[in-house]
Amino acid sequence: MSYSVIVKEDCSTCQLVVPVIKQLKGDDELTIYSQDNVQFPSGVSVIDDTQLEYSWHRRIDTVPTLIKFDDNGEELARVVGWEKSEWQTLTGRPLGFDLPDFRPGCGSKSVDPGMPEKLAARFDRDKLQSRELTISMEEDDAEACYDRGWSDGLPVVPPTAERVMRMLTGTNRLPDEVIGVVPPDLVPCTIEKIAINAVLAGCKPEYLPVVIASVEAALQDEFCMHGLLATTYFSGPLVIVNGPLSRAIGMNSKGNALGQGNRANGTIGRALQLVIRNIGGGKPRGVDRSVFGNPGKYTYCFAEDETNSCWESLAVEKGFSETASTVTLFAADGMQGIVDQKSRDPESLSRSFAAALRVVGHPKMIMAADVILVVSPEHERIYRLAGWTKQDLKNCLNRLLTIDGSELIAGAGGIAEGIPEKLAGKQLPKFREGGLNIVRAGGSAGMFSAIIAGWGASGTIGSVPVTREIK
Amino acid sequence: MTILMDPTSERAPENRQPLPRPADLEGKTVGLLDISKPKGNIFIDRLEDLLVQKGLTTKRYIKPTFTRVAPVELNQQIAAECDVVIESLAD
Repeated sequence: MSYSVIVKEDCSTCQLVVPVIKQLKGDDELTIYSQDNVQFPSGVSVIDDTQLEYSWHRRIDTVPTLIKFDDNGEELARVVGWEKSEWQTLTGRPLGFDLPDFRPGCGSKSVDPGMPEKLAARFDRDKLQSRELTISMEEDDAEACYDRGWSDGLPVVPPTAERVMRMLTGTNRLPDEVIGVVPPDLVPCTIEKIAINAVLAGCKPEYLPVVIASVEAALQDEFCMHGLLATTYFSGPLVIVNGPLSRAIGMNSKGNALGQGNRANGTIGRALQLVIRNIGGGKPRGVDRSVFGNPGKYTYCFAEDETNSCWESLAVEKGFSETASTVTLFAADGMQGIVDQKSRDPESLSRSFAAALRVVGHPKMIMAADVILVVSPEHERIYRLAGWTKQDLKNCLNRLLTIDGSELIAGAGGIAEGIPEKLAGKQLPKFREGGLNIVRAGGSAGMFSAIIAGWGASGTIGSVPVTREIK
Repeated sequence: MTILMDPTSERAPENRQPLPRPADLEGKTVGLLDISKPKGNIFIDRLEDLLVQKGLTTKRYIKPTFTRVAPVELNQQIAAECDVVIESLAD
């Protein structure tokens, strides 16, 4: 049987128990580790733990901590702080009769703010497998990241081991878990590599599960990330987050939800793009052949506003419970606004929506691109007051967007673009079945809604929106 | 010194690589940069003779002084006007 005790001089409880420690040490079965001064306690031999290695490996969060070991060195029990009866029970001997019965301990130096990730980087480095790159004193860290091609054009956070370790505290998943293969280079993607790119993007650790779920969704075959990357079309991946986690991490689903200024919205979407760039090797004017791209290819991520909505959320529509947190990936172009400030009934507003949705891709393009219609609270109110469900609105829009083929054929209206002439006279839907998606988001004032058009290759020939639960 | 964790697939070498070199100079404009070291112009003159004999287009540039890095404007001008550049060092 043996004991160890971890102390620091800068702790009044540790000072208090010095006589007890000396009594135990006298029996020569106690090893003392000091976190801040190897002369403390004085007069006894003390092991220097100012580097906190022992404290880290023993997961000490309070000093003093007294640990009891069996003859094989296995930990049997521990007590933290000073509680006379517990120390007596642990050691099986009378101790500290002249001391108070109880004094709480102090925080271990190994859990000082910022210290756990420093210690993890120092002592658990073998848990990381990524190559370490040495940046010389003469190089600026931020410039070094640019020079190595890791940036989307905006500054990135240099991924030191400490930052990567801190990022990994956001998930219980092991760093070496492979979650899929990233196009276009078809590289196995580990949690660790995602975490490094989340650091680059500026994520907090609490965002990491959302980033991981986004990458998992993007790597599903039906999402067709390779084709979406390589296409000459405008699109890139959009992440829509649903459920309580979106609120817990402070995502913006309200005013300026599709714009700048929210760290979670900004960095989660960016992390996904950096994963494709850095792990998959997908770079603009490389495999990414987009004619224009769109501003959302820096980052494209927002939360659906589920609070006080009369509609079920996108996640619930996809079969998840209201308490689940999910990401839905959509192959998205930029955003097109719809302004209707005069409609006061759902039929009129729906006709506005339909007229605006008609032009997705091209007024004659049908069953090619899917769409996300982002309805603002002021527009949603009109449907709420009339008792329309989200499905009622979808049915109405699909009816209004059933178009006579003669309007769509090549040459109609003096426009060479169009569908084959044989389809003249047929009644044809603008969107494929299930291709029209609706979410509620945006600020509370303004009778505007937004169209996020999809990639011209949807469904089985291209991309299908993919929803994954965040774990 | 800073140690950074590699965010990439690690397929590229650890050290940064120079940009890929052109397979040949056919149809290329060759910039000739005299860094203002003594006799650098003689070296550049001879190179230019050889390049012109091969039917290539050349453009001449001079750094104000060899003791300092080239002005940004000169770098930008060369990058905009030439496909490759040869820089002379002489004494």
